[in-house]
Amino acid sequence: MDASATIPQVDNATKRARVATVVLLLSLVVSFLVSFLLGPSNLSLADLFAGLLSGHGAAGVIARELRLPRAALALVIGAALGASGAALQGLFRNPLAEPGVTGVTSTAGLGAVIALYFGLAASSAFLLPAFAVGGALVSAGVLYLLSRGGAGAMALVLAGVAMASFATALTALALSFAQNPYAMSEMVRWMMGSLNDRTLFDLAFAAPLSIAGIVVLLTASRGLDALTLGEEAAHSLGIDVGFVRSRIVFGVALATGAATAAAGAVSFVGLVVPHVLRRFYGYEPSRLILPSALGGAVLVAAADIAVRLIAPDGQLLLGVVTAMLGAPFFLWLILRLRSES
Amino acid sequence: MTAALEFRAVSTSYGSRAVLSDISTGFAAGRVTGIVGPNGAGKTTLFCAALGLLKPSSGTIDVLAKPLARWSREGLARAIAYLPQGSDAHWPLQARQLVALGRLPHRARFAALSAGVLAAVDEALRRCDALQFAARRMDELSAGERARVLFARALATAAPLFLADEPAAYLDPAHQLRLMELLREEAGRGTAVAVTLHDLALASRHCDEIVVLDKGRLAGQGAPQDALSDALLARVFGVAALHTPDPSGGRAAVTPWRRL
Repeated sequence: MDASATIPQVDNATKRARVATVVLLLSLVVSFLVSFLLGPSNLSLADLFAGLLSGHGAAGVIARELRLPRAALALVIGAALGASGAALQGLFRNPLAEPGVTGVTSTAGLGAVIALYFGLAASSAFLLPAFAVGGALVSAGVLYLLSRGGAGAMALVLAGVAMASFATALTALALSFAQNPYAMSEMVRWMMGSLNDRTLFDLAFAAPLSIAGIVVLLTASRGLDALTLGEEAAHSLGIDVGFVRSRIVFGVALATGAATAAAGAVSFVGLVVPHVLRRFYGYEPSRLILPSALGGAVLVAAADIAVRLIAPDGQLLLGVVTAMLGAPFFLWLILRLRSES
Repeated sequence: MTAALEFRAVSTSYGSRAVLSDISTGFAAGRVTGIVGPNGAGKTTLFCAALGLLKPSSGTIDVLAKPLARWSREGLARAIAYLPQGSDAHWPLQARQLVALGRLPHRARFAALSAGVLAAVDEALRRCDALQFAARRMDELSAGERARVLFARALATAAPLFLADEPAAYLDPAHQLRLMELLREEAGRGTAVAVTLHDLALASRHCDEIVVLDKGRLAGQGAPQDALSDALLARVFGVAALHTPDPSGGRAAVTPWRRL
C-alpha cells in the first residue's frame, strides 16, 4: 500500500480551500474598506484614517462614531450568522437549516424589542443583548427538542415558520403596546434588519458575544463531523451527542442573539454562505464553520454596501437585500432536494 | 474464559416494553459470532446495550473484562467499533474523509489528519476493495459501494471488538462473501467479531458461533449446526431448511427452504 500516492489528492482539496480562504480574506478587507469609505460626506480614506486614529474634528467623529461601527458590525453580524448557519446545517444534517429559516433571528428580535420598548434596556445596557440572546434561546430550545427527535427537513422548516410568525406577531403587539410614534417603521426595521445609525456601543456588545458564540460552535465541530454517520455511530466514536447538540444550540443562540440585538433580523445569510463554500471546502461540517463566518462577514458587508448605494437616504433595509438573494435560493434548494429524494 | 464482550442476565426495556430478557451470552476474541433472529428479536438492542446507548434494567455487561459503567467514553470508543444498521452518510463526504472518521477515537482534539491516519484509512479502504474510489464523493457511489466504504470506516477504528449490524444488506453475492472473509480476517487478528445477519446460509457457513434471539430472549447458541437445528428453525423462524454439506470439508450451509 502506497501512502505517498494518496497525499496529492488531499493536497488538491487543501489547495482549493487555501485559495478560497485567501479570496475570502481579501474580500473581507476590501468590503470593510469600501464600507468604511462609503457615506454622504466626501472624506478621503486618508482623512478618515487620520480621524479614526486621532478622534479629532469632524473626520474623527464620522470615522469613529458612524463609519467604524457600521463597517465592523456588518462583519461581526455576518460572521455570527454565517457560522450559525453552518453549525445548524451540521447539527440537522440538512442544508435548509439556518438561523432565519428556523425562527431564531425572529425570536431574538422579539427579545430585543421587548427589552427596548418596555424601558428595560434603559435601566441596564446589557439587558438588550441579554433579552435578544434569551429570545434566541427560546426557538433554539425548540430546535434542540426537534434535533433530539431526529427531525426531518419538513418539521424543521415548519417549526421555523411557526416560530417566526409567532415572534413577528408578538413583536407587532409589543410595539403597539409601547405606544411609540414610530412603531411601524421600527417594527419593519427589527423584522428586516438594518445597520443604519449603529453606535460603538452596539459593536461593543455584539462583537464579543458573537465571537464567544462562534468559539462555542467550534468546540463542537468534531462532533458534527461524526454526526455525518448518524447518532449511534457518532456515539460509538466517543462523541457525547447530547453535549454537541446543546453546545451548537447555545452557540447559535449566543451569536445570532447578539447579531440580532445589534441589527435586527437578517435572514438567509447562514443559508447561502455554507452552501456556496462547500464547493471549496468540502462537506465536512467542521471545515465549514470558520469559512462560513468569513463568507457571512463578506456577504453582509457587501449587502450593506449595496443598501447604501441603491438608496443613500437609508430607506432600504439590509434584510431586504439578503432576503432577495436568499429567498429564491431557499426555494431552489427545496426543489433540488425534492428532486434528489 | 471470559469473553471480550460478556452479557450476564441482561434485561433492557423501552418504557414498559421489555426488549431483552435475561440474556447471558459472550463474544470471544478471535471468533466470528453471528446473531440471528426474526425482525424485532432484539439484535440491534443487544449492540446498543453493549455501546452504553441503552442502560440495562438488570444484569451486567463486561467489555474486555471491565464493567461497562467503568469505561470512559473515549476508552469505550477505542474498544468497540460499531457499524449501525442501514448506515449511510448524511453529507456526501469524500470516501477517504468518511473512513477517517473511524480514526476519531485515536486522534487528538483539533489535530489535522496525519500521514499515519491516512495510511490506516487507505489500508481499510483497500481491504474493503474500495481504494479505487477513495477520492470520490459518497453521492457518486452506488449503494453497495457506499456500504463498502462505511464498512471500511468501522474497520479503520481497529478496535478489539467489532460489532456490525446487518452489514450484508445492499451487497452483491461476491461482496457478501468478501465481507464474511473480512470478518474472518478481523477475527484472525484477535478481534472479537459480532455480526447480525438475516441470511442463515451466510451465518451458518462463515460464523464460528451462532446466537439466536427471539422476542428478546436467547433462543439458542452454539456451533452453527447445533444452534440452527430443525427444531429451532421451526420454532423461531417458522421455516424448514436444507442443510447442504460442503464437499470441500467446510461448514454445512443452512438454507431456509419453505415456510411451515
